[in-house]
Amino acid sequence: MAIFLAIGLNLKPNEIPSPLLNKPAPAFAAAKLQAPEQKLANTDLLGQVWLLNVWASWCVSCRAEHPVLNLLAQQKTVLMVGLNYKDDPANALHWLESLGNPYAVSIMDQDGRIGLDWGVYGVPETFVMDKKGLVRYKHTGPVTNSDVQAVFLPLIAQLQAETP
Amino acid sequence: MKTYILMLLLCLSPLAAAIDSRQFANPEQQQAYEQLTAELRCLVCQNQTIADSNAELAADLRRQVQEMLEQGKSRDDIVKFMTDRYGDFVLYKPPFKLKTGLLWVGPAAFLLLGLVAIVLVIRHKKTAVTDTTTGTTPEKLAKIRRLLDEGEHS
Repeated sequence: MAIFLAIGLNLKPNEIPSPLLNKPAPAFAAAKLQAPEQKLANTDLLGQVWLLNVWASWCVSCRAEHPVLNLLAQQKTVLMVGLNYKDDPANALHWLESLGNPYAVSIMDQDGRIGLDWGVYGVPETFVMDKKGLVRYKHTGPVTNSDVQAVFLPLIAQLQAETP
Repeated sequence: MKTYILMLLLCLSPLAAAIDSRQFANPEQQQAYEQLTAELRCLVCQNQTIADSNAELAADLRRQVQEMLEQGKSRDDIVKFMTDRYGDFVLYKPPFKLKTGLLWVGPAAFLLLGLVAIVLVIRHKKTAVTDTTTGTTPEKLAKIRRLLDEGEHS
């Protein structure tokens, strides 16, 4: 009984394992936030390691995460794509102007359908895809500097070394 | 009386604040919709079904269920769609798998363990009682018989 209690107390019910791991990234073709007349599709990203960060200007934890993403972007180790989830484009653009833009490109998901395909249930969430377009990692909640050092950078280096 | 009415009203208020209800032309779809939304978990407020929850994600999932039913998708299609994206956790009643085995078998196993423990304790007590009676030595038995005989004669 004590063993079960110990296991139970150490579980994190908010971290739901993603069934997407090691599966192809869900398909999308969505308008770009900064250029709505252009679209970005998941197939455009094949052959490179990329990261998808789900964010919104209404999301409080995203604000805490944002400087970490800016730092990661400066290292230029991975292509960073933003999924602007259920947001007002004007607010989203203002957010990027005032806090800095770590994303190579952000796409819009105003009605949350892309988010649903990716199994998003809390913002922020971050996915890392390999060169074959498979989802290799999912992080729920804000990414911290220690997550970047301990998980993201080693994983990105490993994926960059893989042949597509 | 006023207090009772107030209490009654308070009890009713969650119902009054009912989640948007969907109407289907087809009663079978309506039933399937109500059944499915009561079996899918809202992942934001994890102890509520998507039928109960006011969270935005629950509303999105309800919309998805509705659309898929209207497209003529089956119950299994919809459940698969949801578990492909959110995993088994999205189901209030998880499927029986190796991973969820403990969840299903656990309670029965603990019940069995308890029953075995009870049987063992009872047996142990019974043998303890018989031990004291059989522990009577032949000399003691002879003495008892003698005393009984004396009682009969007097």
